[in-house]
Amino acid sequence: MIAIEDLDISFGSGRNAVHAVRGFSAHVAANESFGLVGESGSGKSTVLRALCGLNANWTGRIVISGQNQTPRRERSFYKLVQMVFQDPYGSLHPRRTVNNILAEPVAIHRLGDADRRIDQALSDVGLNRQFRFRYPHQLSGGQRQRVAIARALILEPKILLLDEPTSALDVSVQAEVLNLLRRLRKQRNLTYILVSHDLAVVSNMCDRLAVMNHGSIVEKLTAGQLKSASPTHPYTQQLLVASKGYDRTAIDKFVDYA
Amino acid sequence: MSDTKPLLTVRNLSVDFPTRVGLVQAVRGLNLSVGQEKIGIVGESGSGKSMTARAILRLIPLPGRVRADELSFDGVDILRASPRQMRAIRGQRISMVMQDPKFSLNPVLTVGKQITEAYRVHHGSSESQARQRALVMLDAVRIRDPERVYRAYPHEVSGGMGQRIMIAMMLVPEPDLLIADEPTSALDVTVQLQVLAILDDLVTQRGMGLIFISHDLSLVASFCDRVVIMYSGQVMEVCDARDLQSAKHPYTRGLLQCLPKIEAGAIDLPVLERDPAWLEAHE
Ligand SMILES: Nc1ncnc2c1ncn2[C@@H]1O[C@H](COP(=O)(O)OP(=O)(O)OP(=O)(O)O)[C@@H](O)[C@H]1O
Ligand SMILES: Nc1ncnc2c1ncn2[C@@H]1O[C@H](COP(=O)(O)OP(=O)(O)OP(=O)(O)O)[C@@H](O)[C@H]1O
Ligand SMILES: [Mg+2]
Ligand SMILES: [Mg+2]
Repeated sequence: MIAIEDLDISFGSGRNAVHAVRGFSAHVAANESFGLVGESGSGKSTVLRALCGLNANWTGRIVISGQNQTPRRERSFYKLVQMVFQDPYGSLHPRRTVNNILAEPVAIHRLGDADRRIDQALSDVGLNRQFRFRYPHQLSGGQRQRVAIARALILEPKILLLDEPTSALDVSVQAEVLNLLRRLRKQRNLTYILVSHDLAVVSNMCDRLAVMNHGSIVEKLTAGQLKSASPTHPYTQQLLVASKGYDRTAIDKFVDYA
Repeated sequence: MSDTKPLLTVRNLSVDFPTRVGLVQAVRGLNLSVGQEKIGIVGESGSGKSMTARAILRLIPLPGRVRADELSFDGVDILRASPRQMRAIRGQRISMVMQDPKFSLNPVLTVGKQITEAYRVHHGSSESQARQRALVMLDAVRIRDPERVYRAYPHEVSGGMGQRIMIAMMLVPEPDLLIADEPTSALDVTVQLQVLAILDDLVTQRGMGLIFISHDLSLVASFCDRVVIMYSGQVMEVCDARDLQSAKHPYTRGLLQCLPKIEAGAIDLPVLERDPAWLEAHE
């Protein structure tokens, strides 16, 4: 469904140059859920943005649903691929009501039946109809993220790129959203790439995962290897230690893997 | 808790928002005292954690209303303080890391410019001194390549870098109380712990007070001294952080059960079954 080969992405030039993604390759089968974890700033969001056509400055090969992708995407691409962004604050237009935010993609893609679709999308993410008339600033952080997920679902895409979809959610809503995403994948044969720093979320949601550090993949694992805590790369092992909670002595032993 | 008089005392705090569809009671009758310690606030989305934090700094947007029997910080009555007193408290003594990091950074100024400005306002130092300090702070919050990030604009940094930049900024005034609203939710787990270690050191070495708002129950249990558990604007229980895993209240137990676990793999997760009795017990 998704094949990425030798993806390389840089920003800026001279002393401001950043080599954000270095030779990233991964294959994700149809109906598979692939996790991306790793260091903050290691290029996870940058990979997703390139897949989704939001960043034109890449080299390498991206094939989605059999189509070789160029940096530019047609409108129809977004019926196939939708992304949920990491930052639920920046991604919702502050002067539009929830209703308008959800009605927009329906109108752009001429799907019709907006009312029913909006109700359905909201109830899919556990928000009732009253939320249609609220503005983003009248929602809590978690409520905003659910609206962002509803907006991605409303086009009924085949591929969802999920960038930290639950890191702004409380544990109960997180459980609801993860259950929902797991169920939708099964029912609608969806394919996911999910970025998360929470290894437990990845274990719950993904079949396989890649661990990134400093722009490159250091290791690929199956969910089974993650569950049995048998990764081989020391960076992944350090992530597993850190997942156990705050421990001052352990922290002082952390090292940088550059 | 420390035996000295608490830095912050909150008694019977409420925050209401009149809306077209009725009154939203964001916080109802909350009590809290904070000394030189790490207090965690956990609770589901919309339970009033951020509004509690904002009320302490009198940053509730209109038409919101704040009432309290007492809201005092180091002897100052926050509800009656003059705008000038409030500016001094906000700038110098209480810092807040907002839940929405990029929202709080100025998009048209470089990261370095924002930190140095904050530094110069507080410490009256020269431009080059401030620059030096800013670079040290970026390095302290584990930003790789602080020189480049210093010159970057907010949209050029990753989610987790934005959060660390906010933390660095909020520590510039060397506050007595730091309110951190989901400050590390976008960080990978190792960097998250490294950043928390910095805050921990400020509490133990400089006697700062910390209010740490988070959804991450296991993190709060291992990091904080005490935990306040909120539901629907009310405090359900307060417990020692190390006892959180064995908390008694069904709401707290429900939250703990919702957590996915690495060893458990792809299972359906339990979700919270809310019980109206939780609220009545507190009214
Ligand atoms: N528009 C941009 N201009 C310049 N640099 C950028 C831009 N976008 C991203 N970067 C840089 O690319 C690197 C990777 O960023 P990215 O957002 O992909 O990280 P991430 O792995 O998603 O991190 P996090 O977990 O913190 O969200 C960072 O060093 C960042 O500063
Ligand atoms: N301007 C407003 N008008 C009306 N209601 C509001 C407004 N701001 C916040 N609320 C409501 O107040 C309640 C408490 O919000 P608050 O932001 O404190 O939640 P929270 O516990 O921080 O949630 P999260 O974990 O999702 O950030 C929510 O139900 C929210 O919808
Ligand atoms: Mg990111
Ligand atoms: Mg909040």
